[in-house]
Amino acid sequence: MTAVHNNCLCGSNARNERVRTAQTQRKVGFFTDTTVCIGCKACEVACKQWNQLPDDGLLFSGMSYDNTVHLGASTWRHVAFVERPMVENTKFSWLLMSDVCKHCRTAACLDACPTGSIIRTEFDTVFVQPDICNGCGYCVSACPFGVIDRREDDGRAWKCTLCYDRLDAGMTPACAKACPTESIQFGDIDELRARAADRVRELHQAGVTDAYLYGDSREAQPGTDGLNAFFLLLDRPEVYNLPPHPVAPRKTIARSWRSMAAASVALAVTAVVSVLGRK
Amino acid sequence: MAECHPVGFQWVMEAKARGATIIHVDPRFTRTSAVADIHVPLRAGSDIAFLGGIVNYIIENDRWFRDYVVHYTNAPAVLREDFRDTEDLDGLFSGWDRENQTYDATSWAYEGTDVAAAAGQREEFTTEPDSSRGTAGAPVHLDPTLEHPRCVFQVLKRHYSRYTPELVEDVCGVPRQQFFAVAEALCDNSGRDRTSAFCYAVGWTQHTIGVQYIRTAAIIQLLLGNIGRPGGGILALRGHATIQGSTDVPTLYNILPGYLPMPKAKSDATFSEYLRNNESNSGWWCEFPKYAISLLKAWWGDNASAENDWCYDHLPRLTGDHSHMVTVGDMADGKLTGYFVMGENPVVGSMHGQLQKKGLRELEWLVVRDFSLIETAEFWQDDPSAVSTEVFFFPAATHTEKDGTYTNTQRLLQFHPKAVEPQGDCRSELWFMFHLGRRLRALYLGSTEEKDAPLLELTWDYSTIGEHEEPDVFEIMKEINGYRVVDGIPVGGFTDLEADGSTACGCWIYSGCNKDGVNWAANRTPASEQTWVAPEWGWSWPSNRRLMYNRASADPDGKPWSERKAYVWWDEEQGKWTGHDVPDFIADRPPSYRPADDAEGIDTIGGDMPFIMQADGRGWIYAPTGVLDGPLPTHYEPQESPLDNPLYRQQRNPARMEWRRDDNPYHRPFGDPEYPYVVTTYRLTEHHTAGGMSRWLPWLSELQPELFCEVSPELAAERGLRNGDWATVSTARASIETRVLVTSRIPPLRLRKRTIHQIGLPYHWSSRGLVKGDTVNELISFVADPNVSIQESKALTADIRPGRRARP
Repeated sequence: MTAVHNNCLCGSNARNERVRTAQTQRKVGFFTDTTVCIGCKACEVACKQWNQLPDDGLLFSGMSYDNTVHLGASTWRHVAFVERPMVENTKFSWLLMSDVCKHCRTAACLDACPTGSIIRTEFDTVFVQPDICNGCGYCVSACPFGVIDRREDDGRAWKCTLCYDRLDAGMTPACAKACPTESIQFGDIDELRARAADRVRELHQAGVTDAYLYGDSREAQPGTDGLNAFFLLLDRPEVYNLPPHPVAPRKTIARSWRSMAAASVALAVTAVVSVLGRK
Repeated sequence: MAECHPVGFQWVMEAKARGATIIHVDPRFTRTSAVADIHVPLRAGSDIAFLGGIVNYIIENDRWFRDYVVHYTNAPAVLREDFRDTEDLDGLFSGWDRENQTYDATSWAYEGTDVAAAAGQREEFTTEPDSSRGTAGAPVHLDPTLEHPRCVFQVLKRHYSRYTPELVEDVCGVPRQQFFAVAEALCDNSGRDRTSAFCYAVGWTQHTIGVQYIRTAAIIQLLLGNIGRPGGGILALRGHATIQGSTDVPTLYNILPGYLPMPKAKSDATFSEYLRNNESNSGWWCEFPKYAISLLKAWWGDNASAENDWCYDHLPRLTGDHSHMVTVGDMADGKLTGYFVMGENPVVGSMHGQLQKKGLRELEWLVVRDFSLIETAEFWQDDPSAVSTEVFFFPAATHTEKDGTYTNTQRLLQFHPKAVEPQGDCRSELWFMFHLGRRLRALYLGSTEEKDAPLLELTWDYSTIGEHEEPDVFEIMKEINGYRVVDGIPVGGFTDLEADGSTACGCWIYSGCNKDGVNWAANRTPASEQTWVAPEWGWSWPSNRRLMYNRASADPDGKPWSERKAYVWWDEEQGKWTGHDVPDFIADRPPSYRPADDAEGIDTIGGDMPFIMQADGRGWIYAPTGVLDGPLPTHYEPQESPLDNPLYRQQRNPARMEWRRDDNPYHRPFGDPEYPYVVTTYRLTEHHTAGGMSRWLPWLSELQPELFCEVSPELAAERGLRNGDWATVSTARASIETRVLVTSRIPPLRLRKRTIHQIGLPYHWSSRGLVKGDTVNELISFVADPNVSIQESKALTADIRPGRRARP
């Protein structure tokens, strides 16, 4: 019998691993493996406790065990509960997935922010500086995932900071630390990608052929250039309430300008033709 | 398990990652089912039929572990001629006393002997029979061929012969393919090279036949050789707020620390009678006097001497059943004056909330200690003019505000140091009990009355710390560990305890947790820096042993059953047991040792007898004594069921405890047209039991903000229930309103050509806190398992209708 020293769900013992200091310019993120999520919501509670976020209302949703419903200004981790009915020979299943800000490599919120409140940190994460945010809300409509939101009481925009304060102190983000099954894995983004690819391979070998990675690379998700918080899913993104092809507005800006230019030319030509035609 | 023990479930997920097959048997598809390989929905209350079916499958298909069964279990023991099985008596065993509704277990014994139970009836009695130790020993008549028609194996085979896959289908609603998948997976993963484990929680225990559910699992695990071996076992999932610890150093009325029985008025009048009734002539319980005397010495110190029977007469004597529901019934009848409720919320968490409140109304005084003003403290607010009970509320310190240990389900003591001082008037339980004792002693100081001597002579001199005068937990730990009376030096373990008054020990099974004065419960070596058995994390009773009865991990000759499952083994060269864990055996007793006929004490334990706590050293497939409702588990229907019992004319557990009173009405035993559906209750991850620790926290309350029932789309269509709307669930006891959650996770079952609908009800809510709702347990009657007096909340009948309940 082999000795099990490390939790084999993630290879190295990531939970106990201390993050190095900011000087090393690490690029960090989350790999959320939904196949081992047990829906305990410890991530939601740990996030709220660490970041001292208020509750989101005490309302029964009637949507399975999901009463949080979506990410928002006061909910930076949200566990989705998707009851997937039996189809032909498949088993009934309950998909559980802890959602979070994706910390996109091309971040729409950051692009849209007119005040410079939203910045990219030395950890390659996307951070809203609450002392600069003026509550304009441009980021809210820009985010292709519907993650960032304004809080009713102070009007400012809030979202996951990837526990910037904890990273600064060499600690693992609260949600990853609290996750009992290592569904949420935190670490260097390159290492997480390699680990995630191994995990998908392993699942495919075990017959779980539906497993795939969502947003793990620029190639997989050109609209965002890839996510620093990416996911292993078992069904189409829409099933988890994720957009299948998220696109940051910046990605379409050239096309927008071209369309606008073409429209201007067309209008001008129409004007000229109509004026000349009178003669 | 993922629902209620998510932190412990990480190890199941890890096992899964290493290739383990996870099987989840539950009426509902839960968070556990979501990650399990196989989910088997079954009818609530039918588990013995399901497990009995597996027993039958194992025997019929010859999948049992012969060498293990023959040598380590009581399968070869031959029973008395006058024993009759349920197959003979249509659902009753021999010895049934119809008048007193109890069994006389005489005919259940081995032929020619009288074996005392190692646990169970010894301490968990309800009807106060005489204890039955005495001339215990190995069965006189053993048949290693297992062919004798009266040997346990043949009796077992016959008892379960009708528990076929077809019957499982008819009783449980589990299609036979699904049953075969489970049985095969279990058998394939058992044997020399592999082991399987069972995990259970209150879904198994809270039945009128709950103890026998676990007994059935024990039979399977013994047949498959899965006890005392790594990766095997039957794991009771308990441990929230040190539930395991609360029976080890008990809060129960009928046991003393370390599972020593509480003396009974009728049979244990003198100390010598108490010893005679509880000391075994063979097996480890021969040591009983050492533990009993050391306990009395710890409690009454210098006052306890051989001349006064170590102050044995200072212990109260039990005159009957004082379990929870019995006490509340008495309370409602005005027989009690005062009541302490500490860390519990019986108005919400216990059965029949209305009867609970009626009991509280009849009291003169009530003391509640909790974090918040829970429903039990606020019950009088329903109608203050009708209540004369004086209620005292004491705010409690949380675990972060006090030093102490938790004992989890694997008997692991883990120390938690105080992080912050408790706020305001909040205090620890220890503080409360210590200062209450101090004040009572001051009150009685100078009294010469005999009745006051137990209090005045008690050792109650712990040092106190800080301005709040918190007792020193380390002094208490030392007392629990045990020490030499002469110099106060902590003993190294229970083998150091003596029966001559030279040692004192507050709980023999915990002896060693403070060896050499070290707080071993605070041991925290990371997994990466120690062996895979992890002996340096916390401290596990007994003797820091991580796996009990681990002698069974080696064959009768002391060699591991297989390389893959090697755990402890006999080292011939060193002449002792060794291995990965602390061997659960006499260290230098060779496998070849056989006790002489005149052997006494622990010399009676043969070198090939792993189950040292049993008087016969064997694992009990058949329980010749110790269980009140039969030597073999038998399928009976719950108190209230939609169906009749297809196996026997005896519908329900004949020995169950009923409360026949006007305020505790029952439905018809089966097929009650007014209550056609099955109800099962449970907990959710987001809340803690009766809610005292979660309903006052916004971060938890928002995650499950309202009481709801879970119903299938089919039942919703039948009764016109709509997702998110209201429904009223009714029993003869009460009606409650809940939100409706329509889900395929609680599927209807097809059995005996009809459809059985089940309603799921999480029970966390009540009238106080941030999130409110009706109290589910008001639906449930007082009815109980006879062995442990536990309620039946996991299977009952009810009706459900759309809309809110009528307001009074």
